[in-house]
Amino acid sequence: MIIELGHFALMLALPLALIQAVVPLVGARRRHAGMMALGDMTALAQFALIALAFAALMNAYITSDFSVANVAENSSSAKPLLYKISGVWSNHEGSMMLWVLILTIFGAAVAWFGDNLPPALKARVLSVQAMIGTGFFLFILFTSDPFLRLANPPLDGNGLNPILQDPGLAFHPPMLYLGYVGFSVAFSFAVAALIEGKVDAAWARWVRPWTLAAWCALTVGIAMGSWWAYYTLGWGGWWFWDPVENASFMPWLVGTALLHSAIVVEKRDALKSWTVLLAILAFSLSLVGTFLVRSGVLTSVHAFALDPRRGVFILILLGIAVGGSLILYAVRAPALEGGGLFAPISREGALVVNNLILATGAATVFLGTLYPLFLDAVGGPKLSVGYPFFDRTFVPLMVPLLIAVAVGPFMAWKRGDLGGALQRLWVAFGLTVLAGAVALYVTQGGPILAVGGLMLAAWVLLGALTEWVGRTRLFRIPLRDAARRAIHLPRAAHGMTLAHIGLAVTVAGIAASAWQVERIVVMKPGDDLAIAGYTLHLDRIAQAETPSYHAERADISVRAGDRAIAVLHPEKRTFPLEQMTRGETAIRTTLLADLYLALGDDDGKGGATIRAYWKPLVPFIWIGAVLMALGGLLSLSDRRLRIGAARRRVPAGAAAEPGE
Amino acid sequence: MVKRLLFIVPALLFLALVVYFFVALRPGYDPQTLPSAMVGRPVPSFDLPGPPAPPNYAGPPVKLGFTNRDMLGRVVLVNFFASWCVPCRIEHPVLMGLGPAASVPVVGIAYKDKAADAIGFLNEYGNPYVAIALDQSGRTGIDFGVYGVPETYVVDKRGIIRLRHVGPLTAESVAREILPLVRILNAQPR
Repeated sequence: MIIELGHFALMLALPLALIQAVVPLVGARRRHAGMMALGDMTALAQFALIALAFAALMNAYITSDFSVANVAENSSSAKPLLYKISGVWSNHEGSMMLWVLILTIFGAAVAWFGDNLPPALKARVLSVQAMIGTGFFLFILFTSDPFLRLANPPLDGNGLNPILQDPGLAFHPPMLYLGYVGFSVAFSFAVAALIEGKVDAAWARWVRPWTLAAWCALTVGIAMGSWWAYYTLGWGGWWFWDPVENASFMPWLVGTALLHSAIVVEKRDALKSWTVLLAILAFSLSLVGTFLVRSGVLTSVHAFALDPRRGVFILILLGIAVGGSLILYAVRAPALEGGGLFAPISREGALVVNNLILATGAATVFLGTLYPLFLDAVGGPKLSVGYPFFDRTFVPLMVPLLIAVAVGPFMAWKRGDLGGALQRLWVAFGLTVLAGAVALYVTQGGPILAVGGLMLAAWVLLGALTEWVGRTRLFRIPLRDAARRAIHLPRAAHGMTLAHIGLAVTVAGIAASAWQVERIVVMKPGDDLAIAGYTLHLDRIAQAETPSYHAERADISVRAGDRAIAVLHPEKRTFPLEQMTRGETAIRTTLLADLYLALGDDDGKGGATIRAYWKPLVPFIWIGAVLMALGGLLSLSDRRLRIGAARRRVPAGAAAEPGE
Repeated sequence: MVKRLLFIVPALLFLALVVYFFVALRPGYDPQTLPSAMVGRPVPSFDLPGPPAPPNYAGPPVKLGFTNRDMLGRVVLVNFFASWCVPCRIEHPVLMGLGPAASVPVVGIAYKDKAADAIGFLNEYGNPYVAIALDQSGRTGIDFGVYGVPETYVVDKRGIIRLRHVGPLTAESVAREILPLVRILNAQPR
């Protein structure tokens, strides 16, 4: 009964979305206050209905109602509660429900918090949101209905893919979707602005918090996925340039560009049409990501059950959403330009460099992901590209970006002084060279490019610190005065510093992965293995049973010299119901380096393969991502962006930022 | 006017993309026939489990589960197969003909296949492999750049991939492509 209620709520949301897509739009054109205000109510009602539908589905999972086909296929009664809940979005139908739930949350948030928006802009934004909603409600109802009942319910379900039974993965999709779908708000603002034919500083300030929120969620989502791959897959890899990983990385790159270009619109009233284009592209790439995963066009470890019919449907949705917005862009955007003078050596010039590199990076990833099929479609020579392509194209592209990250914030708006900026960075430069020399000395004979990567990380870090110290005048004025200056700095400035530091930390982690040590050996109980100054002693391999799996568990004691420091337990788990085996790695981290153990297959003679890795600085990759997201949140809390702040706003250009 | 045209570019690019996606979704399209950027590169490292030993197995001894290091020191054909794959059944007699008599050992990696199914497949059609491993997640396949099964790689004594053959092996492709290369590689020092 509850399931039917949920189904009904979903069906009811469709006509509401249709009404919201049309009425406020017409109202905005006719300046009819009542029609415009209707969007608020329908947005909140849509959210209530989809929340009800989602709760109904989740209830079926929690109570293990196997008369629902979706539950029978993806859950079983013996699972812990956490995986019953995360099972809801572990499959195509349920994850689409999560997608629209988040979409309606954002729609309701615009309606609820958007009191400071001009009514016409708000009405148009909500209309565009509802158009997206309409498309996805249709998609779910016609091709991916999660509420179907089974005539003969099984006694127990098929279970959840063991790979997905992991706390890290339980929250990876929701974070990722928050990011993907969050960009829909920026998209709606962009389309609304094109319909209105007006983009100004106020528009940029309204778009920015939504973009920031989506960007933070996407950053965390990608990092969680990468961390999960690292500790689960048992090879110590954390990024595979897999099509689906790329699909989440492209919106991130474009979203990062959008964050920076929106500042130029706000402060200098320039780059308008470019910013609008980025807002359209960020969400379009999110849609392309959705399309790639679900259509079977590209094979991937992440692929859901393949279904060409769904692919065609999403492709039509994609065509209408992206094609429609880009045509609107082609017609309306030429009228948007204008704004201030533009000197190449200036803060806005530096942000353009940032945008160009990030956009080129996104295009490179896009090409690398689709290139094999592209060539094939035009009858060209056939080739598949893997990590070698990305290592050779994307990675070098990031070098000038990282160099520029440190310099950009020192440039003044309108007309910057590159010489002056570099002069203030000479200490940072000297320390960077010193760091490089130390790294070179410590890692003698190691990979030279990794030293370059570390130097880039040091440069970004020192540049960000120098800029912060310059703003607070720390070391130049008494500490108390400097602290007061720091408190009065806008939070956006602290946010930028923190995010750039996060970037440096991540880059350091990536660069240092070149120094990892790998040992793969067959060990018998009692054997020793030496790796990176540690001695691993295999005590025994034991068997263990749990309700959902059978485990082989190794006890490995770790010694550094004579000192015992840990006992690690890598496992190999066999899931009888799902007929799958997966490893459970054991990681001992000092935050500066990981000791990473995975249990491989036994050799039938009492020994087992042990894969041992020592990975210096690898935790930095994810710590950096978290710092970036925290920086974004700090910036989000800036009073300039706070609800209602726009009404009391000071004239654009004079806001917040102290003159450099 | 020129400036106006510039703003149409994104829409045009997107149009091209949509046309291309429709091509990619057309029935019968298969993204499997692609040579690899991995040729000339070392075999990606892997350590795959084997299926349980088949009951009543009477053929030559088979190694169950192997790593990339196990293949060093001799020329090896790495064959990705799966019980659910129809072209693999077409290819199978060719592999059987290659068998123990040929100068090159063949190792099989069951791609996204269940242990019982892979064993069942080999029980039914015969086992051409000196070693069998399971790649249930498909991760090793992705490392190799496998777009689909069957695919066969010629790996030299030092573990470098020398050739990628996509799709089912035929008697002709083995005689003209694979075996001549194997002879050359066998003559090379380690």
